Amino acid sequence: MSMELYAEEIVAHYEHPHNKGVIANASASHHGYNPLCGDDITIYLEIEDGKVADAKFDGVGCAISIGTASMLTDHLKGKTLAEINKMGIPTITDLLGIDPGPVRLKCATLSLKAAQSALKGYRK
Amino acid sequence: MSLDVEKIRKDFPILKIKIDGKPLIYLDSAATSQKPKKVINAISKYYKTYNANIHRGVYQIAEKATFEYEKSKKKVASFINADSIEEIVYTRNTTESINLVARTWAEQNIGKGDRILITEMEHHSNIVPWIDLVKRKGAILDYIKLNQNHDELDGNSVKEQMEKRPKLVAITHASNVLGTIVDVKSMAKTAHENGARILIDGAQSVPHMPVDVREIDADFYAFSGHKMLGPTGIGVLYAKKELLDYMPPMFGGGDMIKTVERFSYTPNDLPWKFEAGTANIEGGIALGVAVDYLKKIGMKNVRDHEKRLTNYALEKLSSVKHVKVYGLPVNRLDERGGVVAFSIDDIHPHDVASIFDTEGVAIRAGHHCAMPLVVEVLKQPALSRMSFYIYNNEEDVDKAIAAIEKVKNTFKINKTEVLA
Repeated sequence: MSMELYAEEIVAHYEHPHNKGVIANASASHHGYNPLCGDDITIYLEIEDGKVADAKFDGVGCAISIGTASMLTDHLKGKTLAEINKMGIPTITDLLGIDPGPVRLKCATLSLKAAQSALKGYRK
Repeated sequence: MSLDVEKIRKDFPILKIKIDGKPLIYLDSAATSQKPKKVINAISKYYKTYNANIHRGVYQIAEKATFEYEKSKKKVASFINADSIEEIVYTRNTTESINLVARTWAEQNIGKGDRILITEMEHHSNIVPWIDLVKRKGAILDYIKLNQNHDELDGNSVKEQMEKRPKLVAITHASNVLGTIVDVKSMAKTAHENGARILIDGAQSVPHMPVDVREIDADFYAFSGHKMLGPTGIGVLYAKKELLDYMPPMFGGGDMIKTVERFSYTPNDLPWKFEAGTANIEGGIALGVAVDYLKKIGMKNVRDHEKRLTNYALEKLSSVKHVKVYGLPVNRLDERGGVVAFSIDDIHPHDVASIFDTEGVAIRAGHHCAMPLVVEVLKQPALSRMSFYIYNNEEDVDKAIAAIEKVKNTFKINKTEVLA
């Protein structure tokens, strides 16, 4: 494990997360849970004209899950649903700037999986 | 006599490896212990020189394999002072040993409305089999509560629950999270006085302290080989012969029978009645070698060494700011095993363990397979834990303390303090 995983940027996102909170009556939302760390994150997406107009997350977890949720919600804004569905592990490693390794990847991808699950439940 | 840690360390090949160029500091023996050369060599010697099935072949290597496997049972029986090898059933691990009791003895002896009594500091392996059993039988599962400090069993709760006259008390000998050692001898006495049988989870005790199942008067005693220098996949269920005699086999097949007819069979003698199919032969033999290794050091010396290290760790940690340590205080080391669970402010333990790993320090982070204790009682999502064994020294503890500082720097905890 390299200390690069705990680079200034991710720690800053963890300590001062962007987009933390709830969107009342969101177009789509999903609650994700990672039993490894007990990370518990709910993603809220507001969708307008097939694009994400706003994204927020709420919950508790480790620095990697909260840090990536903060970065990812920034990243999702303005993206189309098709673009989000195509996102995967490379999206997360790009945001982090490092491959978190097989175990911590579960923490890092939790919010993306929750966002994609939220879209599955979205019908419009 | 104190134990010669530097000499012992040389027996463990893994302690020579490097993690990103740094020496491995292994502080997770409560999860699994490392293995000495003798144990590793015993496995390869079996495969290289006398690999054969046991209790079948009449040729020389089959006889040797059978002899060595049965000899390992004698070593294990004597290690915990069982009456004979008839009382030593090999399983895969502690979990399987407990499940064996749940699926055989309890299946026959627990009925509707009967009570099973466990505690709030059990490992999942001593919770889940009983949740399933009470569902199957319409029985009741009760918990002995922890005290207000959350560091030992509450005496009133013990009394109150025992008076409900459970049929079975299933209890840990030493908590894998708090390190708290339970006075199982007194528990067994109380259980018996109230008409209960007692099962003791010895996963965290047999590797670390002298254990005498007859002195405790345990009815069932379960432990794992891999936490006591042995390989994975071999565990032990000790049970009193008078109980094993009447328990039905858990699995049917080869080796657990004397004779088979088309519609009936006669089960084998103890302990083989409970060991269907080809056994983990190399695991049993290597466990015997692990027992020899521990006996040579002396279990009292093992215990004293771990007490010293725990004392050292607790003293050091007491002066580290932002660290909370769980379990009994330093003045009660006689009742505390070599396990130190801690948290650093609200930093998630997985972040703690990942940062420790960058220094080559292996600790456990998580709910430690004890979610009712960690999540419901201690109200933590997870905890970090260092645990000690015969190959650990004060330097290992110092490295862990240094890693704590690295965690605090990464999350700028110290800086916050200066600003405040």
